[in-house]
Amino acid sequence: MAEYNMNNIPADKFKFASGRDISHDSKFDTKPVSYFQGAFRRFAKNKGAVVGGVVIMILILFAIIAPFFTPFRPAYYDMSYAYVTPKLDLFAENDIDFWDGCKQKDTNTVGYLKDLALAQETGREVIKNGEYVKSEQGNYTYRYDTYYGVGFGKYKIISVEEYQNIQAYQDKTGRRVLYPIVKVSDRPTLEKNKYDANIYYKTEDPKASIIRPKLNNKGEIIPNYWMYEAASPSGTIAEYNSIRIEGEDGITQNGTKYYYAYGRLVDGGVEVRAEYYEYYTYQHTQVLKDGISEPSFLFGTTDTGKDIFACLAYGARFSFVFATVVAAVNFIVGVIWGSISGYFGGKIDLCMERFSEILGSVPTMIVITLLKYHMGATSQALVLFIAFFATGWIGIAGRTRMQFYRFKNQEYVLAARTLGASDTRIMFKHIFPNGLGTIVTSVALIIPSMIYSETSLSYLGIINLEAGNTTSVGTLIAAGQKSIMAGAGFVALFPCLFLVLLMLSFNLFGNGLRDAFNPSLRGSED
Amino acid sequence: MYMFKYVTKRLGLMLLTFFIIFTMCFVLIKLLPIPTNALPGQDPEIVMRTLEGRGWITNIQKGENGVYSYDRVPILIQYGNYLSRIFTKGDFGIATTYGEYLNMNLWDVFVSHLPPTILINIYSTLIGVPIGLGLGILAALKKNKWQDQVINIFIILLISVPSIVLALMLQYVFCFKLGWFPLTMSTSDEYFTWEVFRSMLPAVFALCLGSIAGYARYTRAELSEVLTGEFMLLARTKGLTKRQAIYRHAMRNSMVVIFPSILSEFIGVLSGSLIIEKMFGINGVGGLYLNSITFQDYDFFMLLSGFYTLVSLTAGIVIDISYGFIDPRIRMGAK
Repeated sequence: MAEYNMNNIPADKFKFASGRDISHDSKFDTKPVSYFQGAFRRFAKNKGAVVGGVVIMILILFAIIAPFFTPFRPAYYDMSYAYVTPKLDLFAENDIDFWDGCKQKDTNTVGYLKDLALAQETGREVIKNGEYVKSEQGNYTYRYDTYYGVGFGKYKIISVEEYQNIQAYQDKTGRRVLYPIVKVSDRPTLEKNKYDANIYYKTEDPKASIIRPKLNNKGEIIPNYWMYEAASPSGTIAEYNSIRIEGEDGITQNGTKYYYAYGRLVDGGVEVRAEYYEYYTYQHTQVLKDGISEPSFLFGTTDTGKDIFACLAYGARFSFVFATVVAAVNFIVGVIWGSISGYFGGKIDLCMERFSEILGSVPTMIVITLLKYHMGATSQALVLFIAFFATGWIGIAGRTRMQFYRFKNQEYVLAARTLGASDTRIMFKHIFPNGLGTIVTSVALIIPSMIYSETSLSYLGIINLEAGNTTSVGTLIAAGQKSIMAGAGFVALFPCLFLVLLMLSFNLFGNGLRDAFNPSLRGSED
Repeated sequence: MYMFKYVTKRLGLMLLTFFIIFTMCFVLIKLLPIPTNALPGQDPEIVMRTLEGRGWITNIQKGENGVYSYDRVPILIQYGNYLSRIFTKGDFGIATTYGEYLNMNLWDVFVSHLPPTILINIYSTLIGVPIGLGLGILAALKKNKWQDQVINIFIILLISVPSIVLALMLQYVFCFKLGWFPLTMSTSDEYFTWEVFRSMLPAVFALCLGSIAGYARYTRAELSEVLTGEFMLLARTKGLTKRQAIYRHAMRNSMVVIFPSILSEFIGVLSGSLIIEKMFGINGVGGLYLNSITFQDYDFFMLLSGFYTLVSLTAGIVIDISYGFIDPRIRMGAK
C-alpha cells in the first residue's frame, strides 16, 4: 500500500461511479396507483356495495331489455282480464302449482258447479286438474284458473262480417271460438244474469238472483242450447257453417235432426257466445295483429286489466332514463354554479347562495303543481323534468362549493396561480378533479331519491305519465293498493319488490362509493 | 346579545324568503285563466259576482249569447287586495271549485283538517323518538357486538325500504290479512275515542318506522363518536362509574346534535306525510292539499302552499338556532 501516493493517484485507477452500487433510490417495481384506481380497489373490497352494483345492473338491464320481449304496452288494457294472476307458461305447462295463473278458491256448491259447467263445456281446466277438496260444511277448495275462469263473459254482439271471419278462422285453425247460444226465452230473467254468457245450462230458478245450475238425476249439468230443425233455420238464427260441438251432423232427438244455433241476428250484427280466451287470441292475432297471441301475463294484471310486466318494464325504463338525464343536467349546472360561487367567494358567493337558498326552499310539490297548471296534462314528463331540475342542482352546487372552499387556498393552487394559470384552468384542472369523488358520490345518491320522488308523485296522482304512453312504478303501486281490497295482493308485489331492490341496492352502492372515494369518512354516517 | 342578533337576522331572512315564494306563487297562479265555469247547480252570475267581490275581475258584462265578458284586475292590485284581506280580516277566501267545501271559509276548513294530521304525527313522534334513541344508544354501547349488528341490519332495511312500500305492507298484513285494524282511518271527529285511535295506529306505525331508523342511526353515530372522546376517559379516571360517565357526559354531548332534529320533527308534525295520509285515508291537510290541486281551487292552493312552505322553512331555522342555544360554543353564522 505504501507505494501509492494518495495525493497523486494515476488516472487509470479511477472508474466511473455508475459502476458501483451506490444508488439507494431504486425505481418502484409496482405501478403507481391513481386516486381512482385506489377508489376502485376499495370499492371492490366492499361486498355489499358490489352486490348492490350488480343488482342495479340487473334492474337496468331489465328496464332496457324487457320492453322488447313483451308485446304488451302500458296503454294496453283488457277489462275482461282484470286481476288475472301471474302466469309463467313454463310452470303452467309442467303442472306446477305455483305461478301458473291459478289462485286458491274457496266457494260453495253453486260456485263450484258453475266452474265445473264452464270446464265441461270448453274442455279447459278451470278447476286445475279437476282436483278439489270438499270440506265438511260442503265448501269446495281448489286451484282456480283465472284465465279460463273468465269463460264467455257476456253475450257479445259482433258484425256479420266478423261472424263469418271467425268461422273461417275456426275452420283454418281448428280452434273453437263460438259456442251454441241459449234461446232468449230460456235465459235467466234478471237483468244482471240475462247477458251472462256463462249460463248455458238449465237453471233451477231462472228468476233467482243467484243462478243455480239444475242437475239431472245423474248429477250432471243439462245444456240448454237453442236447437232448431236442421231443415229449417228460423228467421233470427244466423247461418253457421263451422266447427260444431257434436260434429257436422247435428244431434238427433225423436227422429228429427236438430242443429244448435250459434248466432242470433240482432240489430247491428250477430249475438254470439264467444269463449273469451279464444276470442282474445283471434282478436289479437287476426284483427289487431299486435304481436299478442294467447293471454298470458307474467306478472298478472291490474284492476283495469293492464299487463303488470309491461307497465313495470316501461315504468322502470322511464325512471332510469329520466333520473339519469336529470342527474346529468343537475350535475353540469350544479358544478358550474358551485365552482363559480366557491372559487370567487365574497359578494358573488353571497348573492348566488341567497338565490339558491330561496329556490331551494320552495317545496317541490308547489313547483310541480304550478308547472302542471301552466303546461297542461299532456307533457307531464317535461313538468317532472323541469321541477326536478329547478331544485335538484342546488344540492350538487352546495357540495361543489364546499370542495372549492376546501382546496382553493392550498399551496398547489397558489403555485399554479403564481405560474400564471387562468381562473378557469385553476378551477377545472386543479381544484375540480380533487373534489370529483365527493361530487360523483352525491350524484349517485340523488338518482334513487329522484326515482323515489317520481314514484311518490305518481302514487299521489299529481303526475300521471299514462297520457304520454308510458307509466310509472308509483301508478302501479296505487293500483296495487286498490287491489288489496279485492284480494289481489300480487298486483302490488312486483312493483314494490322492484322499488325495494332498487332503493336497497342504490343505498349499498352509494355508501360503498362514498367509502371508496373518501376513506377518511368511512363509517361516519352508518 | 349575539344570539339575539343572530336569531333576528335568521327570522328576518326566513320571512323575506317566505314572502318571495308566496308572491311568486300568487303571480304564477294569477297568470292562469280564471276558472269562471259554474259548477252544476251554480248560477253563473253569482260565480262572476263572487270573483268580482274577491277583487280578481271587474267590469262584468253579460253578452247576448249568455257569455260573460270581464276585465282582469292587474295582478299587483289583486295581490294588494289579497294581502290586505288576510292581514285585516284573516280572510283567505272561500272555496270556489272544491265541491265538497263550496263557499265555505278556507281557513275554517283548513283548521278543521289539522287535528288528524297533527295527532298522527304526535303519536308517531312519541313512539318513534324513544325507540329510535334507545336503539341507537344500545347499538353505540354494544358497538360491533351482535346487538349492534342486528340493529344495523334493521336500520339499513328500514331506511332502504321506501315508506310507500312499508306502509302498503303494514296495511296489507295488519289491516287486510290479520284484520287487527280498519283499512282506513275512521272519519269520525271524536279524536280521543279508542275506535278512532285504533284506526289511526297503522298510519302511526308506518310514519314512526322511518323516524325510528333515522334516530337510531344518528344516535349511534353521534354517541359512538362521543364515547371515544378523551373527556370520557377523564370522567372514568375521576372515579365515575361507567353508567354515570355515559349518562352525565356522553349522552348530553351527543344530544347537542340529536336534539335539534327532534325539535324540527316536532315542527314537521304539522305538515305530515302526503303518502301516508293518502294511503290510510286520513282526513287531514294532505288530502285537502291533493284535492285542491285536482279541483284547481286556486285560493285553497295558495293557503296550503303557504302553510307547507312556512312549516318547512321554520323547521329549517329551528335546527340552526337551537344549535346555538344548546351548545354556546357553536356560534352559528360567525366569521
